[in-house]
Amino acid sequence: MTALDRIPRGARGVAILGIIVGLIGLELALPPLQVQAAAIPIVLGLAALACAIWAISRDERKLGLWTLFVAIVATAFAIWVQDQNDTSTSLVVNSGLFAATLVYATPLAYAALGGIFSERSGVVNIGLEGMMLTGAFFGIWGTVWSGHWEVGLVVAMVSGAVVALVHAVFSIHLRADQIVTGTAINFLALGITGYAFIDIYGSNGTPPSIDSVPNVNLPGVDSIPGIGGVFGSLNLMIWIVFALLILTEVILFRTPIGLRIRSVGEHPRAADTVGIPVYRVRYVCVILSGILAALGGAYLSVGFVGSFGQNMTAGRGFIALAAVIFGKWRPYGAFGACLLFGFANGLADRLQSVAGVSPNLLATLPYVLTLIALVGLVGRSRPPAADGQPYVKG
Amino acid sequence: MTDRIKAWLRAKAPAVLLPVGTTVLAFAIGGLVVALTGHNPFEAYKAIFDGTGLNYLLPWTSAEDKDFAALNLQQTLILTTPLMLTALAVALPFKCGMFNIGGQGQYVVGIVASIIVGTHFAGLSQPVHLTLAVVAAALAGAVWGGIAGAMKAAVGAHEVISTIMLNWIAIYGAQYLFELNGPLQGPLRDVPQSSEVADSAKLPAIWGVLQPLHAGIFLALAALVVYHILINRTVFGYEVRAVGHNSEAARYGGIGVSRSYIATLAIGGAFAGLAGSCDVLGWEFHIVTNDIAVSQIGFIGIAVALLGRNEAVGIAFAALLFGGLQVGTSPRALDPTIFPPQLAGNLAIIIQGLIILFVGAQLLLVYAWRARRGRRAEAPPTTTLIEPTGA
Repeated sequence: MTALDRIPRGARGVAILGIIVGLIGLELALPPLQVQAAAIPIVLGLAALACAIWAISRDERKLGLWTLFVAIVATAFAIWVQDQNDTSTSLVVNSGLFAATLVYATPLAYAALGGIFSERSGVVNIGLEGMMLTGAFFGIWGTVWSGHWEVGLVVAMVSGAVVALVHAVFSIHLRADQIVTGTAINFLALGITGYAFIDIYGSNGTPPSIDSVPNVNLPGVDSIPGIGGVFGSLNLMIWIVFALLILTEVILFRTPIGLRIRSVGEHPRAADTVGIPVYRVRYVCVILSGILAALGGAYLSVGFVGSFGQNMTAGRGFIALAAVIFGKWRPYGAFGACLLFGFANGLADRLQSVAGVSPNLLATLPYVLTLIALVGLVGRSRPPAADGQPYVKG
Repeated sequence: MTDRIKAWLRAKAPAVLLPVGTTVLAFAIGGLVVALTGHNPFEAYKAIFDGTGLNYLLPWTSAEDKDFAALNLQQTLILTTPLMLTALAVALPFKCGMFNIGGQGQYVVGIVASIIVGTHFAGLSQPVHLTLAVVAAALAGAVWGGIAGAMKAAVGAHEVISTIMLNWIAIYGAQYLFELNGPLQGPLRDVPQSSEVADSAKLPAIWGVLQPLHAGIFLALAALVVYHILINRTVFGYEVRAVGHNSEAARYGGIGVSRSYIATLAIGGAFAGLAGSCDVLGWEFHIVTNDIAVSQIGFIGIAVALLGRNEAVGIAFAALLFGGLQVGTSPRALDPTIFPPQLAGNLAIIIQGLIILFVGAQLLLVYAWRARRGRRAEAPPTTTLIEPTGA
């Protein structure tokens, strides 16, 4: 026991673990290196990144940032070495990879922010997937119908709000089981969007060219080497999610409104006693989560792909849920997790069948990390105390 | 005597009427959707019903129609088999106050285990090989469910979250195994699928020739019986129900709550694993990665269990309903001139969603009805289907 006691505990320990793992990854990436072995340093780098996000979202800021630094250097170096060794692929580590990370992370981030609002107010929302899918379809539908992406986004938000309202009514007023209702939402969204898609657009699918959300070109920035390729021409909806992220953090943790939301999620009885309208707060938060998740879906369809396919979200709502849990129900933590999952996704695309890392295998990463977060010996992810419990007005 | 029958009916009526009412309501709303999109709902439902092959059982079906109906009915029963089992995977943990959303993942690991055992050991005799392949699937499912149970027992991790995560790990992990250049990819280099299981590991056919109904349905029916006895007639079942009603009281009464969590999720997982073995050893015989990606058997099992009120008989009927709905709306059974199968498939999903939604809320209607009749002295209506665990 004495030896065990000397191991640093808490998030600090995870941060140190991350630094060690990152350094091992760096060491392994140094020559001489077999091409096949390049996968290992990359995986170690990802593990170090996960440690860093874990530590930072659990209040180990200073050491956590060092871990993040080491992890980024290790991962970048590992990918760069991989690149050097394999002449058959184009440059893997370029600004495109980081732009791809943001593209993959954005829909997750919208839904994750929504999930945080809902769960912080005490309503479990496993219907995020269905709400995203609804937004993805009605975003396209509104855009095609009106010819303007702005209208499409508004339609998507309204559709997400309506679906979330169903979840809210059943789980708040009718006090139905929130998991059952969320499962029903996922089924309903899949069926309704699929039905409407076939009925409206037939087997040809959505029209080939639609008005999509524009990119924001920053004339000064895109000429800066390195950063320019990433931030010079980002989609407008990616910038919006940055703003929403900061807004969510401020609202939840720096304003009286956020305090009320969190108190309703932790102890609704106490909140009710001091005059906070528990039901109203929960309704607003659940509907907000539907709107945000729908925006995430609309980013996929209107912002990125430019079309809709049946079940096009393909489990992204559940990855967002995983990000919420991994980030311990905090905006920055969840966003960090979204970036990590998005990065793994972008990497999988580029490394496909090159480094021996199967995209399917990498796709399990968010879920494995979240399982670890649930059982972790330190800084285990614990939901708000009243999450999932219906509140009966006394 | 008649009084006793009346009393029995009064006691049992809600258990039958509520699911039937829920189903009728869901189909009615589905019919509204069909009507709103310019199709005749009655014709559409008639065509879907004929597609299920259940008209085989109707006395006025002509002999020629019966031949065709038999083919469809075989498909319906083939799908009813795994649905009964994945529903049990939900029902048993439910009795213990837990919601197992992980049926899909447990079903997938069952498939993988059956494939591994079924494609190896080709020299074994059929009884031995088949038993091994089935048991392997049940064990794999038990492990997958047991992980969630152990996580709940050890650190209080909510089983809903952990089973969702385990689902996706199983789904992507299994696709990795059979993908191009995957470790278990079959002999065809350009096709992401497994090898075919040996003949000695296949479940015997019992009805039909083309894609016959297989003996797995007996396995599923036996599982229903085992479940019924386990829950209602054993000490274990008593303990499970006690934990489900009030885990703290059960703990105080000396019941091993942790053990119940692990055991129910593991046994539930074993049922789902069996479902995987039935599909792979009964009619699929090999697995393509895309099959794993699009499979919904475990998720539909949730709807089956909810509609069947977690009772063996209810699950059997609900599984037949959803199995029939799957087959009746499939492109190969539904007459496309009456109702396009692409729409019908989505209609089936909508109906499933509505049923899940209404079952979740209908308990409340009963309570509200009771409360209005002045029985407020009883415990306040908690409409959660599962015990709110919080942590």
